[in-house]
Amino acid sequence: MEADFGLLLTGFLAATVRISTPLLFAATGEMLNERAGVINLGIEGAMLAGALASAIGAVAYGPWAGVLLAVMAGMAVAGLFSLVAIGAGADQIITGTAVTLAAVGLTGTIYRTAFGPGGPGLTLPTLPAVGIPGLSAIPVLGEALFSQPVLTYLAWVLVPISFWFLFRTWWGLALRAGGESAEAARASGVPVERVQVLATLVGGAMAGLAGATLVLAQVGTFAEKMTAGRGFIAIAIVVLGRRHPVGVLLAALLFGAATALQFVFQAMGLALPYQLFLVLPYALALVALAFAARARFTARRSPLTASRSDASARR
Amino acid sequence: MSPPAGRALFTGFVAVAIGFVVLAAGLSLGGYDPVLSLGALWRGAFGSWYALTSATLVRAVPLIILGLGVALAFRAGVFNIGADGQFYAGAIAAAWIGVRVAAWPSVAAIGAVLIAAVIAGMLWIAIPVLLKIRFGVLEVISTLLLNFVAEAMVSYAVTGPMQETKGIYPQSDAIALVARLPGPQGTRLHAGFLIALFLAVLLWLLFTRTAWGFRLRAVGLGPLAAEVSGRIPTRRVVAMALVWSGALAGLGGGVEISGVTYALFQNLSPGYGFTAIAVALLARLHPLGVILTGLLFGALEAGAQGMQREAGVPAVAVQVTEAVVILVIVLAEALTRRVGVGSWGLGNRRAPAEER
Repeated sequence: MEADFGLLLTGFLAATVRISTPLLFAATGEMLNERAGVINLGIEGAMLAGALASAIGAVAYGPWAGVLLAVMAGMAVAGLFSLVAIGAGADQIITGTAVTLAAVGLTGTIYRTAFGPGGPGLTLPTLPAVGIPGLSAIPVLGEALFSQPVLTYLAWVLVPISFWFLFRTWWGLALRAGGESAEAARASGVPVERVQVLATLVGGAMAGLAGATLVLAQVGTFAEKMTAGRGFIAIAIVVLGRRHPVGVLLAALLFGAATALQFVFQAMGLALPYQLFLVLPYALALVALAFAARARFTARRSPLTASRSDASARR
Repeated sequence: MSPPAGRALFTGFVAVAIGFVVLAAGLSLGGYDPVLSLGALWRGAFGSWYALTSATLVRAVPLIILGLGVALAFRAGVFNIGADGQFYAGAIAAAWIGVRVAAWPSVAAIGAVLIAAVIAGMLWIAIPVLLKIRFGVLEVISTLLLNFVAEAMVSYAVTGPMQETKGIYPQSDAIALVARLPGPQGTRLHAGFLIALFLAVLLWLLFTRTAWGFRLRAVGLGPLAAEVSGRIPTRRVVAMALVWSGALAGLGGGVEISGVTYALFQNLSPGYGFTAIAVALLARLHPLGVILTGLLFGALEAGAQGMQREAGVPAVAVQVTEAVVILVIVLAEALTRRVGVGSWGLGNRRAPAEER
């Protein structure tokens, strides 16, 4: 019984880490965007493009070529977004939505053209789990945390790196300054638009990595619309994580854990409709948004709170 | 505040033209014959009386109704990207009521189905509205997330409590004959088209002739100014705009069940809620314009089916065209704003300041 529990816990933790990895990639990238003053709903599209690109690359030249192609695809999608939303200064919400729509159409068309109209199940070479010597032998935790595909370690390493970049470098300061007040930053010599474009491209690259992780380290195949709103959930994760690298990591793990719960319930033999688990991350995202927003709301109450979000967003 | 009609039309034509150029270029890149493909698209949309009435017009109905809903929210300066979710909520309610009214007179049965759909759409958008009003959650993300919840609900409904009595396919039982919208013989067209036209005219009158429409536009163009004027309950105007937007999208779902499919199943909406954004923006949020742009995109999507049949081009390809149309319009809007000529109040949202 005790051993069973240990096994269950290891499985749960491993699933949590596995599921949260693509969310962590996408959310860390989106966090950089939002710190720079850009909200990019197109990361859902960038993630989807990354997913397909990784599948195509993996079929042709192996999984690592897939990863590289996914990064490029994610950056291409983000590039389209930044051209319209930052270059021309168009509405970011509508631009992001349109970019995602374009990615859905494009990936669907390319996938069906390349792999047939019915879309037969692709079986792709996947990235193997790499155990970290010593650490992976730790009971319970070892297998869950230290026996993962390389991309997972990369996602975790990006957390301290993005912290260091944001809070310890001049470019990080410039990026945050542009997000806080574009005019003030511009006056002190920060090339605000250029920083925003770069942040968006990096965000796109990370969304591409998220797509690659999904395909090459989780599912092992591509399906149309397979990202299923994970990019949008990443945006909720950024809000919940207070746009801080560590907060984002914790929030991503929370979402991973919520999704991984289904394996626990299945193991316990509870017969619940699977759609309930399907809904869980989205419902959690809504609750998280409410909590995160309420904390801000009560902290900064003003006579104009009702319309503040609209008014300030329009500046 | 709307721009000269001439410039709006010009931008619209340019946007659609660029959308088609991108489509044609993409098709030839993908190894398809663009002439054959676009010809098939034209034939699928307008090639015959049947194609026009049973494909294009039928497809245009949900696009017009949802496009009106999206335009209504946009006018108040808020986004409803969850029209797909409200459409599904409406469809579930319509299918549920539709099998229970077999003994009713037809007018009452159809009325019950459509009213149920409207209420369901309102309830579904009430969640983001409450989250926005009570907690300040951006409606963009919440409406978007609820799309996925609604899809899961449909999936549960048609494999669980609402599955057909035969229990073979994941779909609901067909609704009662009396609950179906009538239509002309020999076509798939149905009275939902008239409902869509009626709603467009009604909304146009409300926008231009009533204090309600004035308040809506005032809030949309300058929420802060509207608030400090002290005469406009900004919060309530925004909430009601979203609620009615959801009502329209829900009705769209009900009309689709009552007029076209008669049953609920998964993927009932091929992304109507997103196409509706293109419909609303291309029409510059003008309700009568939505009729035209709804017909245009209805033709495009009907044609896409023809293109898939005849030329083997995946129908999803036209979503790229729709996205390009949206991008060109917001681009044109941003550039005209930059050179200082009148904007039409779409605004340019950036990362919300309260998150900074």
